[in-house]
Amino acid sequence: MEQDWIMGLIGGLLIGLAGAVYLLANGRIMGASGIIGGLVDGSGWSTAKERIAFLGGLILFPAVLLPIYTEVDTHLTNNLWVIAAAGILVGVGTRFANGCTSGHGVCGISRLSLRGIVATVMYILAGGLTVVFFRHMLGVI
Amino acid sequence: MRTIFALISGALFGAGLLVSGMVDTAKVQGWLDVFGDWDPTLAFVMGGAIVPMAIAWQLTRGRKPLAGGEFPPKPEARLGRNLVLGSVLFGMGWGLAGLCPGPSMASLTFNGIGGVVFVGAMALGMFAAPSLRARLDRAVPAE
Repeated sequence: MEQDWIMGLIGGLLIGLAGAVYLLANGRIMGASGIIGGLVDGSGWSTAKERIAFLGGLILFPAVLLPIYTEVDTHLTNNLWVIAAAGILVGVGTRFANGCTSGHGVCGISRLSLRGIVATVMYILAGGLTVVFFRHMLGVI
Repeated sequence: MRTIFALISGALFGAGLLVSGMVDTAKVQGWLDVFGDWDPTLAFVMGGAIVPMAIAWQLTRGRKPLAGGEFPPKPEARLGRNLVLGSVLFGMGWGLAGLCPGPSMASLTFNGIGGVVFVGAMALGMFAAPSLRARLDRAVPAE
């Protein structure tokens, strides 16, 4: 659709604003994988309260907005094996790399961090090759 | 205070992911699929997010966080195996399902059983990562 890019830009500004609040107020980098991972493996339990509050807002606010925002379709595959494999790859990968799309992508690139830029280039390349391979060659996704 | 700021930040992040369409796996995979019907939306989302964030980094200079403490120091520009290997694994999972950690959380309440399975598997991977990393470092020491 034509207005998709406008909504993308507006949503992007909100995401950047979220990162700005987390940085300027709490002095932390808004990385979703780091915030979740620290709770899962115990490394971030000393800051558990703010992590849980962040995740609470992240999970619940879209649910609150959903009734006034009806055009949402997530198009998630029904193949639970694909989903489980993808989830494990995302979980292991983001913790090895110490960041994902929000931490390395949004927060890293915006401070011209070499690690963030390299990570972003690598996961986009890997993601692109994966989609091309599994969609156009195997026809799985 | 920190808790309230974190809640506000999380809510803004969730709203942004919903409004931008990044909870839609078809838009993410559509952006990655350069040989298909390419969808440019994700580039606008990234670009839009980087602008306020870059301003925020400028504002950190000579200041301290509102809620106390220190701003995170810029990490050493060291790349290393784990960064590259991890990013490749993450990218593969991201491409396979069209979900990354932020959107998987933002869509958890309306993404059905698949969304729950994804988050569960992701948590399992995150739980296993430290010991996998230690094992890899022992077997093939990174310089």
